[in-house]
Amino acid sequence: MSNFSDEKGKALKAAFPGTIPVMTGYVFLGMAFGILLNAKGYGIFWALLMSLFIYAGSMQYVAISLLVSAFNPVAAFVMTLMVNARHLFYGLSMLDKFKNTGKLKPYLIFGLTDETFSVLCGTEPPEDVSRPWYMFWVTLLDQFYWVAGSIIGSLLGSVVSFDTKGLDFVLTALFVVIFVGQWQEAENHIPAIIGVTVILLCRIIFGSSSFLIPAMIGILVCLSLAKNRMQGRECL
Amino acid sequence: MTALQALITIGLCVLGTTLTRFLPFILFPENRETPEYIRYLGSVLPYAVIGLLVVYCLKDVNFFGGSHGIPELIAVVFIIVVHTWKKNVLLSIAGGTLLYMALVQYIFIG
Repeated sequence: MSNFSDEKGKALKAAFPGTIPVMTGYVFLGMAFGILLNAKGYGIFWALLMSLFIYAGSMQYVAISLLVSAFNPVAAFVMTLMVNARHLFYGLSMLDKFKNTGKLKPYLIFGLTDETFSVLCGTEPPEDVSRPWYMFWVTLLDQFYWVAGSIIGSLLGSVVSFDTKGLDFVLTALFVVIFVGQWQEAENHIPAIIGVTVILLCRIIFGSSSFLIPAMIGILVCLSLAKNRMQGRECL
Repeated sequence: MTALQALITIGLCVLGTTLTRFLPFILFPENRETPEYIRYLGSVLPYAVIGLLVVYCLKDVNFFGGSHGIPELIAVVFIIVVHTWKKNVLLSIAGGTLLYMALVQYIFIG
């Protein structure tokens, strides 16, 4: 038993430093989420519920806009699938890394956010540290930062009242940052250009309320058509 | 929206999110080869999707009225420049958001 605890403790110590950048980002984004949700009339219970069980930063911001619109379960579900479609890629990239992680595997998959994905890709535990437990702690610490941020934001929002106008821009900022990061890493910019071009065209043609689904279909079609031209220059 | 409707909406967000995360592991169990087309999509989709999400966030910007999208443009350019220069996620996100809030609350009022 003590042996087992040592193994976990060691993995926790190894995991913590790599998660510090995520801590700063998540506490800020989580707080902004809690404040915004509170401003829409959903208090700490809702913030906790969403951060524990949805646990997807961008999706939770989208969920706020779903909660303040008319009840539409089908749209909510389809929207979730589309906003989170990129998870499929993260999963595909982690198929190998998550092998032989046993009972920890379901949580590793559940907690695979953009940021956790980037930490797990970018860091390796020392030789004498259990890899499954290392990945588990990275994932759990990241979710802890996110939940803590949401709670602080929710409490802050109910105590201090200030003008939140423009605060929802935090999500745009997050995506621009990820976009810039990806742009610098990618050797091939065609997929990013296809994404932006297709959605801009669809926004102009279909209007601001119904362009997302045509844009997703358009992107899939364009990427499939471009497949042969991009072969051998893949980024994976 | 009633509390029950809100719970259902959140439940569907949980279901959808969990599904997107578990699907690859369900479709491609530990001992099976991943089809080439899926690997290709996995490698190019993230780039297209993040571009899509940026535009989606800015979908309600009106270039022909209101503030003509100027605050959004300033903040996005600020983030691109600062992030290319410093590569600090918190600085880029917090800086860009606070700048945008200042712009829409004090300068481009309306």
